Amino acid sequence: MKLRKVTAASAAVLALALSATACGGGKKDDNGSGGGKKIAIGIKFDQPGLGQQTPQGYAGFDVDVATYVAKKLGYSANQIEWKQSKSADRETMLQRGDVDFIAATYSITPEREQKVDFAGPYLLAHQDVLLRADDTKIKSPADLNGKKLCSVAGSTSAQNLHDRLAPKADLVTYPTYSACLGGLQSGAIEALTTDDSILAGYAAQAQFKGKFKLGGFKMTNENYGIGVKKGSPLKDKINKALEEMVSDGSWEAAVKKNFGPAGYKNEPAPKIGDIKS
Amino acid sequence: MTSVLYDVQGPRAKRRNVLYTAVFLIALAAVAWWVYKSFDDKGQLAWALWKPFFSGTEAYTTYIWPGLQKTLEAAALAMVVALPLGAVLGIARLSDHLWVRVPATIVIEFFRAIPVLVLMIFGLALFAQYTDVSSDDRPFYAVVTGLVLYNASVLAEIVRAGILALPKGQSEAALAIGLRKGQMMRLILLPQSVTTMLPAIVSQLVVIVKDTALGGAVLTFPELMTSANTMAGYYGNMIASLTVVAVIFVVINFSLTSFASWLEGRLRRGKKSTGAVLTVEDTVGVAGHAGTGTAA
Amino acid sequence: MFDFLDKYDVLGAFWTTVQLTLLSAAGSLVWGTLLAAMRVGPVPLMRGFGTAYVNIVRNIPLTVIILFSSLGLNQNLGISLGANDFDTINFRLAVLGLIVYTSAFVCEAIRAGINTVPVGQAEAARAIGLSFPQVLGLVVLPQALRAAVGPLTNALIALTKNTTVAAAIGVAEAAFLMKKMIENEAELLAISAVIAFGFVCLTLPTGLILGWVGKKVAVKR
Repeated sequence: MKLRKVTAASAAVLALALSATACGGGKKDDNGSGGGKKIAIGIKFDQPGLGQQTPQGYAGFDVDVATYVAKKLGYSANQIEWKQSKSADRETMLQRGDVDFIAATYSITPEREQKVDFAGPYLLAHQDVLLRADDTKIKSPADLNGKKLCSVAGSTSAQNLHDRLAPKADLVTYPTYSACLGGLQSGAIEALTTDDSILAGYAAQAQFKGKFKLGGFKMTNENYGIGVKKGSPLKDKINKALEEMVSDGSWEAAVKKNFGPAGYKNEPAPKIGDIKS
Repeated sequence: MTSVLYDVQGPRAKRRNVLYTAVFLIALAAVAWWVYKSFDDKGQLAWALWKPFFSGTEAYTTYIWPGLQKTLEAAALAMVVALPLGAVLGIARLSDHLWVRVPATIVIEFFRAIPVLVLMIFGLALFAQYTDVSSDDRPFYAVVTGLVLYNASVLAEIVRAGILALPKGQSEAALAIGLRKGQMMRLILLPQSVTTMLPAIVSQLVVIVKDTALGGAVLTFPELMTSANTMAGYYGNMIASLTVVAVIFVVINFSLTSFASWLEGRLRRGKKSTGAVLTVEDTVGVAGHAGTGTAA
Repeated sequence: MFDFLDKYDVLGAFWTTVQLTLLSAAGSLVWGTLLAAMRVGPVPLMRGFGTAYVNIVRNIPLTVIILFSSLGLNQNLGISLGANDFDTINFRLAVLGLIVYTSAFVCEAIRAGINTVPVGQAEAARAIGLSFPQVLGLVVLPQALRAAVGPLTNALIALTKNTTVAAAIGVAEAAFLMKKMIENEAELLAISAVIAFGFVCLTLPTGLILGWVGKKVAVKR
């Protein structure tokens, strides 16, 4: 009798688990099929100032640019499906057609251009370092040698630093930039390196206000482009949309809104196809 | 068993115990204070970092709950698929026929030898190249595939151990009354061993829940660990986010483990003449990596 | 298909995996045995500590523990385990994290081993006047460890596979290399096959050899 009860209880648990998954599946279908045409856009989910998931939705410069472009392509804001595209996944996502285009701090490089096409650039950023506000020792990229640096695994910034900027720097890599910030604050890490646009976003966060500063080294040129599938007709349409965004002042407004609080001195809007190496 | 190892304590032993307790307590307190002090010095205990979790629900509704849902969905689906698959593999490994037993053994040993993470990455490539599963579902499928392949082979060993733990008289009696081998398995051995194996199966669920976290790290599967990273990006509180996620995992898994040991106690008391109950410890021993699990 | 292998130090990465495994195994055997001793010992506070430790640690994903050892211990508590550069610091922290995690399972394996020792053994030991450390150290543990070879082997195999998580704090072991290769090379299946093969080479012989050892040393009763 007892045994039977236990068996019944476990059957109930199993049934619950089953229905839970069934519910999950059902919900997904509603999202996917309902609502007519959609556009899938890849952004970063964890980079404040550029692409960050917030309780109010997605926010950042990349998000604003992507929303504007999507509008010009004929999609309203609620027809956009935002997808997380981590640095290492971006080419694959485009090649497989998982997303229509990607605006995720995506630097145009010759290697990447062999795999995907780029519209833009829409922003010129530079690799830089984030330092503690009271740091006076690191004044030039050469000073980074022998210092403890942090970056994200698989990023070009980590590779650049290692290959040529400061080969003797002691570099640690984590899955996300957020993991570096605590160490930078406590002194276990002396500098965090990646694009200045990304660093500015972190420096501007309420928790870190006044604690960090940008080195201002401009170690590389990073031309942010919008990635599309190789040979996609979207490229020209996106280029046109980006030109309009600059000419009607929306670009400037987006820059002010997203980078203004960080005090980030951005470069002027780049010309389409003008890739600074 | 515990009390067998030492004598009933006399006055001297009691005094000594009080001394040990005091020393141990002071050591623990010192470590705890030092950790508290260091974190406080570094500003990790600032209210601003912890506020999202204690006032308002936006941290939960935006990040934690959707992530937790994915974690539980993947774990539940993996369990539901792995269980029958594991049962089939486990029974196949007990088969009298060489051509059934050997392949089953190879499959089980192979998938137990490889890290789940590698299986998940393999699964992702498989779905991307040979199926048209949509990109939204692909990481989910890949995570579940990896979990199923690994856990089915562990569950197979649990099933095998459960059947082997039954008294020999059961199968002898079944054969003696003229049942065929299939009937013996279906009517006599499996029903008895299922109750025996339940605790071990429930504790394997703990391993599955923990292993979903691997999918987040590599496959952009939006489970709890991934949400923790996104959340830490927004609030700038990596340590606090990690702590909260760890607590959630402990709560879920501890209730599963407690359920397993409650079940075990229940079955031990309720059992009449069937075989032993497979405990969590037994399965660690008999059935491979059951309690230990692969990564994370 | 396997041309890309020339560019990478696959053997070196697996050597790091082996080092992580062996060092963590030694550490968790010691700490796990101590925990088991605490859990069966006469001091209630230590018993409570052992139980709480095991129940908390084995319910947290290893990823979280490894990240904590780097972000918490190194960045905030300033523990660097005597090393100066990040490669060494994070390697040692990864070993520490793996020890913290694996010892919970070692403790349970040894406790299960202690349960297989007949009650008469401990009773006889007490009857001739041995104290608790003597009963445990001279009579019960030597037999318990022999019975625990099986479960400990499984913990060791799991540990071998668990070292892949150290990639999360940038330790250049096999899974770290796998990620790097996947980013740069197209042959995803070949890469997976190489890494899988490496792990099979490490774990299968471990299981077979220690399985044989376990049978050899088992106390015949």
